[in-house]
Amino acid sequence: MEVNEQIAIDHGLKKEEYKKICDLLKRVPNLTELGIFSAMWNEHCSYKSSRLHLKKLPTSGRKVIQGPGENAGVIDIEDGDAIVFKIESHNHPSFIEPYQGAATGVGGIMRDVFTMGARPIANLNSIHFGSSQHKKTKNLLRGVVHGIGGYGNCMGVPTIAGQTSFDSSYNGNILVNAMTLGLVKKNKIFYSKAAGLNKPVIYVGSKTGRDGIHGASMASASFDEKIEEKKPTVQVGDPFTEKLLLEACLELMAGDSIIAIQDMGAAGLTSSSIEMASKGNLGIELNLNKVPCRESKMTPYEIMLSESQERMLIVLENGKEDLAKKIFDKWDLDFAVIGKTNNTKSIELYYDEKQVASIPINTLVENSPMYDRKWKKTKLPKKNLIKKEEFKKFKIKEVLNKILSNPNVCSKEWIWQQYDHTVMGDTIQKPGGDSGVVRVHGTDKAVAATVDSSAIYCWAHPLTGGKQVVCESWRNLISVGATPIAITNCLNFGSPEKEENMGEFVECVQGIGEACEYLKFPVVSGNVSFYNQTKEIGIKPTPSIGGVGLIKDYKQMITMDFKEINNLVLIIGKTEGHLDQSLFARNILNEKNGPPPEINLFNEKNNGETILQLIKNNLVRSAHDVSIGGIITAVSKMCIKGNKGIEFNKRKYFISEIEYLFCEDQGRYVIEIDPTNFKKVISILNKNSVHFDELGKIIDKNMIINQKTKVTIDELKSYNTNWLSNYMN
Amino acid sequence: MKSAVITFPGSNCDRDMHVALNKFGFKNKMVWHNDNELPKSDLVVLPGGFSYGDYLRCGSMASKSKIMQSVINFAKSGGLVMGICNGFQILVESGLVPGILLRNKYLEFICKNVFVKIDNNDNPYFKNLDKEVLELHIAHNEGNYFCTNDQLKEIEDNNQVAIYYCNDNGKTEEKFNPNGSLKNIAGIFNKEKNVLGMMPHPERMIDQSLSGEDGSLFFKNLINNIK
Repeated sequence: MEVNEQIAIDHGLKKEEYKKICDLLKRVPNLTELGIFSAMWNEHCSYKSSRLHLKKLPTSGRKVIQGPGENAGVIDIEDGDAIVFKIESHNHPSFIEPYQGAATGVGGIMRDVFTMGARPIANLNSIHFGSSQHKKTKNLLRGVVHGIGGYGNCMGVPTIAGQTSFDSSYNGNILVNAMTLGLVKKNKIFYSKAAGLNKPVIYVGSKTGRDGIHGASMASASFDEKIEEKKPTVQVGDPFTEKLLLEACLELMAGDSIIAIQDMGAAGLTSSSIEMASKGNLGIELNLNKVPCRESKMTPYEIMLSESQERMLIVLENGKEDLAKKIFDKWDLDFAVIGKTNNTKSIELYYDEKQVASIPINTLVENSPMYDRKWKKTKLPKKNLIKKEEFKKFKIKEVLNKILSNPNVCSKEWIWQQYDHTVMGDTIQKPGGDSGVVRVHGTDKAVAATVDSSAIYCWAHPLTGGKQVVCESWRNLISVGATPIAITNCLNFGSPEKEENMGEFVECVQGIGEACEYLKFPVVSGNVSFYNQTKEIGIKPTPSIGGVGLIKDYKQMITMDFKEINNLVLIIGKTEGHLDQSLFARNILNEKNGPPPEINLFNEKNNGETILQLIKNNLVRSAHDVSIGGIITAVSKMCIKGNKGIEFNKRKYFISEIEYLFCEDQGRYVIEIDPTNFKKVISILNKNSVHFDELGKIIDKNMIINQKTKVTIDELKSYNTNWLSNYMN
Repeated sequence: MKSAVITFPGSNCDRDMHVALNKFGFKNKMVWHNDNELPKSDLVVLPGGFSYGDYLRCGSMASKSKIMQSVINFAKSGGLVMGICNGFQILVESGLVPGILLRNKYLEFICKNVFVKIDNNDNPYFKNLDKEVLELHIAHNEGNYFCTNDQLKEIEDNNQVAIYYCNDNGKTEEKFNPNGSLKNIAGIFNKEKNVLGMMPHPERMIDQSLSGEDGSLFFKNLINNIK
């Protein structure tokens, strides 16, 4: 087939991009070459709309071993140990085929991590669905949860934390973001940079089939009513093969045979081979007849663009082929020498002894398009003038029932009970806490991880929202006693070709950058998912932040359940009554306008570090950050988990009681302390100029808010635990 | 005391079991499914996981592995063989214990703590254990134990039920059954009671920081009984 402009457009390329290809090659590409360009130049692989802005994020720090640009980021957790981690989206395929879409998302991110030599030790996920009333939501949720469980459970990697939200802006575009943490010795990290000439290029893992051809291009387009026709572009996962691949790769990695290794993720053999050659400033030559194929008569075009899962490309040291083959044979995996490195600085493909493609690597990578897209700034919305007299009509108990049973607040046990969260025997904080925590096997250390997003705040004011979500992640780590180290981000947005959506992206990234810089909480990996859009409607901007922190002595880990009757409960951080964009304002008052709560980075850092100081001095018995739903929601969850009650102190509110209980001011925590330590705690808080309130003391069985309002723990439990399981069954 | 844990392709609780056995005093060896011979052992464990991806009936492919002939011979000669979760599924598929494990009643994977009541102390696994109800952890998709009426009669006549799902007081009612298993059965023995298959994972509850410590009680008691 002769390539022309129309065929290029059908491949998702723009007219000018096609012209640029012809100029760079000084000829018209053949179909295989065009396929390769379209895969490398789409948004998903090239970051053409986002690169310019991502460069501004802080990515280095004392603990950073590897920042963005590799398969995953790597941080130092001392004693020669390192954590490899990354989050990635699998939104488009999960909407089309929820089980396989979610499953392969989990498989893909684990591969990114073990490609670097790390054994995966924890999975997390951030999943977002349309309104609970929408007809597709239930099936999508069920499919995604089964898919995540189906893959992660089979791999034997615990799923330790996650986040689920419902919002009508995801009706036509759900989000599935999967995150994995792996453990590796600092001196045994593997990279994707090829080196040396005439080194064998090895293909291992599953056979190549026709599934997922052009998956990366699909992920770079908006949806319309014909989206169901895209089903064949969704890959099919095989977690069993991935488990074998993991064990085989780690076995080979224990020796010194590997020069470079790269998993075949988006755009399969194309992007993996090109990335390795590009990083090594080399050429690569592949004989496509040698690629193990599942189906006969696959064309070079199909072989290069297949997104079949569970495959790896390795550049080996010369003479190590037999040793490597023996390991892959033991694990019943395909192994083939399919090419070698050379000095041409081109990718050269052969099929039936004929050259079928020859493209200079730099045209695919360095010369890929980069756009400075137009974007629109979002003004800070004016504050709502909420009439406080209205509050009198609310009964706190009724409001609390509504808030605790809200789909975005209620217990997600129905979901995480379907994930194996205890395999590997090191999970010391299960899902449902502020962060999941796993021990570093055989040591006293533990790693905490959390994944968060705040689409409502980001939608109301992207700059503030971007900052907020980083702070939320930081707080969730602090609340379990972990020192925050670094984050990974998954940036889910609408079409970058629309000024409003691009503006949301630019300003969220700016907010993330400012918060990360201030908190010394750098970004070490991540991905961007644009075009979460159906026809003209985009999702609310949803950056998901995956935070990782270290607990030096796992016995100092903190959980949120109230521990002991008569202990005191303090609120750390100032409560000023910001209700705009709170759950209370949006769901009880039905008021959807106004700015999100302000972020004060100084207070954020100071409050967080002070909490850590208290924890290190063994002064904190339980802790929980205050987030959506305000103080009363945070405290309710601590009561439910600890099966204990609380009696609020009588206090003169400078703001109304409703505002005090439900507002969503930032930088706040609830902590439980032993009364005998009160003076010590207060002196540390005062010394650090941290604002605090004495909220009350822990009692048996009831939450007593004021003389009129008493709620039993059983009532709290029924408000909070039933919604999701009732909805799903 | 020597133990052996078999690794099948897709096993994923093999390391956890190795750690647990070593912690409580066994000298454990890992054995590859493709080996012919078992090392000299006082206990052989088939661990949890997804052998062969569970793509065929759970445990059926693994039950035909090379090593299984040695495991079967070892069991027939009176050796102690314990199958946990996927290991239990392999035991039923290889005919070492009666019955079959179906998909969970609500068609969902379940990972949580459960209570089990020990029915039978006349065996090397639970003898001398001074607790009747243990809190253990389950994580499975196919734990719904089933057998024919004739088999059930034989099982009950021979006291082959090892543990039942129950509440913290040892009540074995249907509402405490997480997966729909027949009569709340969570684990069973062969006739001779040297082979034990059970769904719960004692190896996940071996220290205070994990879901609980009743797994420790189980292993400590087990090694004392074997000594």
